[in-house]
Amino acid sequence: MAQTLFQKLWDTHLVTTLEDGADLIYIDRVFLHERTGSIALKSLEAEGRAIRNPELVFCTMDHIVDTFPGRTDETLMPSGKEFIQSTRASAHEAGITLFDLGDSRQGIVHVVSPEQGIALPGATIVCPDSHTCTQGALGALAWGIGSTEAEHAMVTGTLRVNRPKTMRVVFNGALAPGVTAKDMILHLIGKHTAAGASGYAVEFAGEAVRALAQEARFTLCNMAVEFSAFLGLVAVDEKTLDYVKGRPFAPKGMHWDEAVAVWRTLQSDEGALFDKEIVIECADIKPTITWGTSPQHAVAIDGVVPDPASAKDENQRTAMERALAYMDLKPGQALTDLKVDAAFIGSCTNSRLSDLRQAAALLKGRHVADGVKAICVPGSTQVKLAAEAEGLDKVFREAGFEWRESGCSMCFFAGGEHMGFRSRVISTTNRNFESRQGPETRTHLASPLVVVASAIAGKIADPRDLM
Amino acid sequence: MEKFIQHTGVAAPLLRINVDTDAIIPSREMKRVSKQGLGEGLFAGWRYGSQGSRDPNPDFVLNKPDYAGASIILSGDNFGCGSSREHAVWALKEYGIRAIIAPSFGAIFANNCIRNGLLPIILPDEIVKSLAAEVEKDPQTNKVHIDLEKKQVIAPGGAVYAFDIEDGPRDMLLQGLDVIGLTLRHKAEIDAFQAKDRAARPWIYLEG
Ligand code: SF4
Repeated sequence: MAQTLFQKLWDTHLVTTLEDGADLIYIDRVFLHERTGSIALKSLEAEGRAIRNPELVFCTMDHIVDTFPGRTDETLMPSGKEFIQSTRASAHEAGITLFDLGDSRQGIVHVVSPEQGIALPGATIVCPDSHTCTQGALGALAWGIGSTEAEHAMVTGTLRVNRPKTMRVVFNGALAPGVTAKDMILHLIGKHTAAGASGYAVEFAGEAVRALAQEARFTLCNMAVEFSAFLGLVAVDEKTLDYVKGRPFAPKGMHWDEAVAVWRTLQSDEGALFDKEIVIECADIKPTITWGTSPQHAVAIDGVVPDPASAKDENQRTAMERALAYMDLKPGQALTDLKVDAAFIGSCTNSRLSDLRQAAALLKGRHVADGVKAICVPGSTQVKLAAEAEGLDKVFREAGFEWRESGCSMCFFAGGEHMGFRSRVISTTNRNFESRQGPETRTHLASPLVVVASAIAGKIADPRDLM
Repeated sequence: MEKFIQHTGVAAPLLRINVDTDAIIPSREMKRVSKQGLGEGLFAGWRYGSQGSRDPNPDFVLNKPDYAGASIILSGDNFGCGSSREHAVWALKEYGIRAIIAPSFGAIFANNCIRNGLLPIILPDEIVKSLAAEVEKDPQTNKVHIDLEKKQVIAPGGAVYAFDIEDGPRDMLLQGLDVIGLTLRHKAEIDAFQAKDRAARPWIYLEG
């Protein structure tokens, strides 16, 4: 019978079905970071439990570390040092691989994992971090869990999971110039709501997804969780294989050939049935931006702030009214009239080399508007080094951007650095929740191209006007 | 883990959709590598005056004397969406919350609840709102009763609402089970699976 990609991957990892109906799923890789992994490791230590396969567990420092050049264990976030040092001590004790500060493999977990060849096609990979779904772009089952579940995965090598339903989102046609994977996912969530994929494993498919470069597919899958999906997936093709080949932890020699023979079968079969299907015409997608405090508050950049009166029910209307007040906006206002205080390029959504190249290409020879604080934080130390080798850091610096060390940085506010109380930030990140980026910060999510165009204009701007 | 069998308590309506885990426990409130000390940071952005202060915001439901000792939250769609931080659950528990009733939950959050003895109950929006309306008349008297064995929520006025929950999570809560211990009973099966898998997918197994 024709199978979906999800089903194939699930079946490969099914140890047994438990008495209560949940499936016991074999976990190939666990990734931790100092924010939520520290507590899982500490708790294992306290309970005297051993990790089943420490060589399959990895950890990085990304969430709390500062991103200033010359950083140390000290952080702007109060008590950040405790998280860093506790993680370091526990990781050594547990015998897992740690990408510490100063290690050239350090970076944001979801950037580093594929980059190092730790996430692989066909693998299961979990991390106590909701954006683990990013890594599904390699044709892997990758999902976020809590700390207690991370302990379970490390000790037992498995997780108990109720099998989700399956959804396919088909992106037909081609993207117009200036439109990116970020716009695809914002458009999708804007149309089908932030709860649209609740209970589903989502496969992104269609011509436009096949046409995306591997790094852009990570951007697409990154926000699957903002669509409430259990995980996001993209089928394996030659681009996937090219991406994985030669990475430090990827299979080599004979194992590579064996792996590739299996990986080439990792697509949904012709005629496979999904529980739900959504079709998006890419001709309808423009550069897209959020106006409110949920990723579903997304509109085309040439659009206006919507009127809560247009909401489809009372709950949505109240949420929109709250969002308007928080964001200091009025219905009918053009997005492109909004002045921005800051611009941020970074996060596991849009901080890979291809993102920085796109941004730099638009930025070259131009300058950030007066009064706009602009910061670029590469997704990993490897990305940073590669970008510097191409001279991208110079382009950013000359245009008035700060150029930082890698980390999550101002994707989220932990009590440390932020862009200023109530500042309006145009940002390549993935969450625009209240105070997510800083105290009462007003975040507008967008692609790197929109962020660059807006930083230059000093107000939200359409990158297509510069192209 | 603390069992959940039955519970009667003051229910606080927080009737918003998409209450995310950043709102439940702002990142800046996660100050230690610990599951403790989080109750004070619960809903900090809404519960206290301006950033950083600890002056209670009198308009926030949990600060109203009527809702003192609340142990149940009534909320809207997609409660607990967003970040996977289990701190959201630890903060709710430490504050004294035992159950949340909402039309839907963020998946990771719901799992985290079960692992910590907190019951996420799914009921339709209309029912949550009618519970809230009853409660609001006199919150300290109009308590909500929850019976996990019977899978029922009993409204202050006596109306009975059945809810669905999968058997696995229900058993874990009823018995307060240690899930890791439970899974380790399947160790032989896991070992056999791994041995077979190692032969089929040798590239997954990195050198120890
Ligand atoms: S970059 Fe942001 S979304 Fe990504 S892992 Fe870090 S904090 Fe989470």
